[in-house]
Amino acid sequence: MSEPVAKPKSSAALVQSRRNALRSYLGAYGFMAPAGVLVIIFFLIPVAIVLYLSVTNLASSNFTSDLAKMEFIGLKNYQTLLNDQFARKIFFNTIFYVLVTLSLFNVSLALIVSLLTTHIDRSAGFVFRALWILPRITSPVVYILIWKRMMAEAPFGILNQFNEFLGQPTYNYVATNPWVFVVVVNGFIGVSFGMIIFTSAIESIPKDLLNASLVDGSSRMQRIRYVILPLIRWPLLFVVTYQTLSLLTSFVEIQLLTDGGPGLYRTEVWSLTAYHRALSNYFGNAQWGYGSAFAVLLVMIGVVLAVIYMRVFRFDELVAEPRVEAL
Amino acid sequence: MEIRIDNLTKKFGDVVGVEDLTLHIEDGEFVAFLGPSGCGKTTTLLTLAGIYKPTDGLIRFGDRVVNTVQPKDRNIGMVFQSYALYPHMTIFQNIAYPLKLKKAPKNVQNEQVRQVANVMGIGELLDRRPGQLSGGQQQRVALGRALVKEPDVLLFDEPLSNLDARLRLTMRGEIKHLQKNLGITSIYVTHDQVEAMTMADRIAVMNGGHLQAFDAPDELYDRPKTRFVAGFVGNPPMNFLDVEVSPANGQFLAQADSIELPLGVERGEASAGHRGTVVMGIRPEDIQIVDEGDVRGEIFVVEPLGREDLIDVRIGPHSFILLADTEKQHRAGELVSLNFDMTQAQFFDPQTERSLLWHQ
Repeated sequence: MSEPVAKPKSSAALVQSRRNALRSYLGAYGFMAPAGVLVIIFFLIPVAIVLYLSVTNLASSNFTSDLAKMEFIGLKNYQTLLNDQFARKIFFNTIFYVLVTLSLFNVSLALIVSLLTTHIDRSAGFVFRALWILPRITSPVVYILIWKRMMAEAPFGILNQFNEFLGQPTYNYVATNPWVFVVVVNGFIGVSFGMIIFTSAIESIPKDLLNASLVDGSSRMQRIRYVILPLIRWPLLFVVTYQTLSLLTSFVEIQLLTDGGPGLYRTEVWSLTAYHRALSNYFGNAQWGYGSAFAVLLVMIGVVLAVIYMRVFRFDELVAEPRVEAL
Repeated sequence: MEIRIDNLTKKFGDVVGVEDLTLHIEDGEFVAFLGPSGCGKTTTLLTLAGIYKPTDGLIRFGDRVVNTVQPKDRNIGMVFQSYALYPHMTIFQNIAYPLKLKKAPKNVQNEQVRQVANVMGIGELLDRRPGQLSGGQQQRVALGRALVKEPDVLLFDEPLSNLDARLRLTMRGEIKHLQKNLGITSIYVTHDQVEAMTMADRIAVMNGGHLQAFDAPDELYDRPKTRFVAGFVGNPPMNFLDVEVSPANGQFLAQADSIELPLGVERGEASAGHRGTVVMGIRPEDIQIVDEGDVRGEIFVVEPLGREDLIDVRIGPHSFILLADTEKQHRAGELVSLNFDMTQAQFFDPQTERSLLWHQ
């Protein structure tokens, strides 16, 4: 420009620069659109619907084709929920289930499996890890059926056939020890995720560093403690946080295995309750509104936890640079 | 600590890392393993460290056979090319790590770490983390960590390769000085023959998993036992030429096409006894450009190195690398006469590639 004095931009120039900004935004939004549409259709809209349902009394008993007659009842569902005599039990069931499964299997066993399989012959390690992925890639229905058939009473259960053969009493093991099986069955599935993350983290530790530790005088156990574990701290935190959220919302396996029983709510967890109340009530009355209130609370807990995790463990940094490589 | 390696073989499945290696290293000696990548030098080093178990053969530290001894029980210090500092520990913790594993009391750790750090000139860096240090500083820390436990043997795995040229020169001197002062038996793996030549008491030249020679640097340079050693040691490398050696007038003559070089009796007899052609080797510094001479060639290219010019002279199909004074200002295309100092020429069997002059 030959004009040295800065003039206010003409309206044409303003429109032009806005158009440019818009164009650059369009590119970015364009690339995000496919994922965005999925999130909107399968997450945001359902959440909105559930939120709305949770403040209505919609149920199969009062359902008419005229949805306009659906009654708005405010927070009454939530009030009922808090006074529900079983809500407390289900809440603690959920905490128990998440903490025990997470600590014993999704983190500890996953860590043990990845440490063991990275300390043996490479191809043997690969085979073992492949076996541990089987529960994850098997259809849940098939997987649970296998467990049930193994543990069922004679003459169906394989283990009990031995008992019968030996003249021992036979049990339905799932019914006698429901929590053990709920945790183990889910844990076996949960191992694979942490195992994959931990293994790749361990294998990306430079060989020199591992050799240096041995030469410096550490045993293999000391090397795990002083070198490997500190170096995979970030993947560890990631698995803990991610799997907490994922366990909190999982219920398919429990539904198929015990359906929350045996007895009243013995192994019922929060997400399963939401399903039961809304869609599969024993008495045949599907309380869509009330069940939605359960679901909404779960979503809220999940969102709060996610935000805390992102703050505390600084996920933005975790995503920004791969920690193990940043040596 | 005296180290005796006898008939060491290390295989990875069918791949041979090192085969039938026999080496005896004296107490306090500084030995370099020299060779191109994949020659087995690092494999040998890691086997000495106990990271690899030998497939065959014996390794003795002093009188003790250490074949199956865990690395932690060998009392060795090791310095890596990548420095291999623990990124999650401070410099202090890095150096103290071997002492911590030995369960040394805290005050002893503190004292020894500071002492080593002062020797290495990194005393003021102890609170930092490896990521905050320069390459040279990191290498000093790595050296300090290797020294702090007062090892019987020091192993170096190309420790200077990641440093810039200038720093490499300084560290070279420092490591050599330190090694001589402390008198710790040291093995130094490198592919840089200048490093090996300048630092080591003796050099083990390796190629393809086999030991080619194990000698003092000047011995390797002046009396190479194989063609590989002759070609690998020395920079710029030795010139090779296929020649026929025959007696002539009480002397001998080495001949290749139009090139005829008179040869003394001693070297002539050793190489003329061989039927057909032999491989003659002659170092760049043993060829001079002279005013008058029998061998004439044309300068193909001149590469100025600053202190001298590296000149490629072509004689017919043959090419010779030689060094000349920059003041002579030689130019490509110039016709020159060459004088070969044949008292320094080497001769090798073309099949076995062994020297015809120096037998084991």
